Amino acid sequence: MTVLIIDIVLVSCMMAVALMVATNRRLFSVVVMTGAYSFISAAMFVNLDAVDVAFTEAAVGAGFTTVLYLAAMTCLPREEGRGKSLIAMPLLVCVLTGTLLLWAVVYLPPLGDAAAPAHLHVAPRYLAESDAVLHIPNVVTTVLASYRGFDTLGETIVIFTAGLGVLLILTGTSLKANKTNPKINPKINQGRKP
Amino acid sequence: MKDNPILRVATKILFAPTIVYGLYVQFHGDYGPGGGFQAGVIVAAAFVLHGLIFGIASTKKVAPPYIVNTLMAVGVLVYGGVGVASMLLGGLYLDYNVLATKPATGQHIGIILVEFGVGLTVASTVLALFYTFAGFDETRQKKMEPPHV
Repeated sequence: MTVLIIDIVLVSCMMAVALMVATNRRLFSVVVMTGAYSFISAAMFVNLDAVDVAFTEAAVGAGFTTVLYLAAMTCLPREEGRGKSLIAMPLLVCVLTGTLLLWAVVYLPPLGDAAAPAHLHVAPRYLAESDAVLHIPNVVTTVLASYRGFDTLGETIVIFTAGLGVLLILTGTSLKANKTNPKINPKINQGRKP
Repeated sequence: MKDNPILRVATKILFAPTIVYGLYVQFHGDYGPGGGFQAGVIVAAAFVLHGLIFGIASTKKVAPPYIVNTLMAVGVLVYGGVGVASMLLGGLYLDYNVLATKPATGQHIGIILVEFGVGLTVASTVLALFYTFAGFDETRQKKMEPPHV
């Protein structure tokens, strides 16, 4: 019951923050409120006993992403420009997606249902073996690093590739272009307002 | 932000404990919540805080970009290396059981090494992203003035 009450409070906070993000035009406030939104979702993960995910969400979502947005903001104007396009089409897409998601929720098994399909396949083996055979109490770590070691290797490579891509696009290209043309580098100014 | 004494002192006090906490999350991941991903971000957060308060130039003296960029690859190599090591010891790729005489000990060693690789890659990638994004305006203006106004 307490879990449910906390969930309702958190979801209402989340919706309030989301509405503020949507209506606010000052980019600084929007960035800070996005951080708050991530922090609320971290609290929701704690409420669901998914502490590892909450950890990541608080550190990456609320902490680092906010810093990155703030850094990117220095290259942008302070306020969001007023769009002239019609909002009918985006609104339609949003409402449609929302309806589909709500429709899908009906078919989800209830929260914490032990008979749900996701809990019947390999999860019982992981839960039984992790502490008893491998002596590692945190099942999340065992699944992440041992049973699903290949997936985590892939994830690590994805992070590495993402960092490499950013380095190549934001520093590599400009360095190369600067060598040939030190005055003006047209590549780096693309997509930016003069 | 550089001139605010409260922020400067708070950062100096928080910097080392944040890294120690990151190491705790890293190596205690077997027993409590945490692991390489979280620890990497926490360690990087200490440096990001340092960069925000003392300026990126001084953070780059603490953690030079070429080391950070190298560690990005080293983390993946550590992870992949554990897999190769288990293959050389006669097991399958990423089969930690063969890393020690007892399979359970082998699993412990394998998981700690693999998580260490993940932590290295995540921490250095986050820091590299921060350097790139936060230093973007500076490098652009320094290298190609006037910045095409």
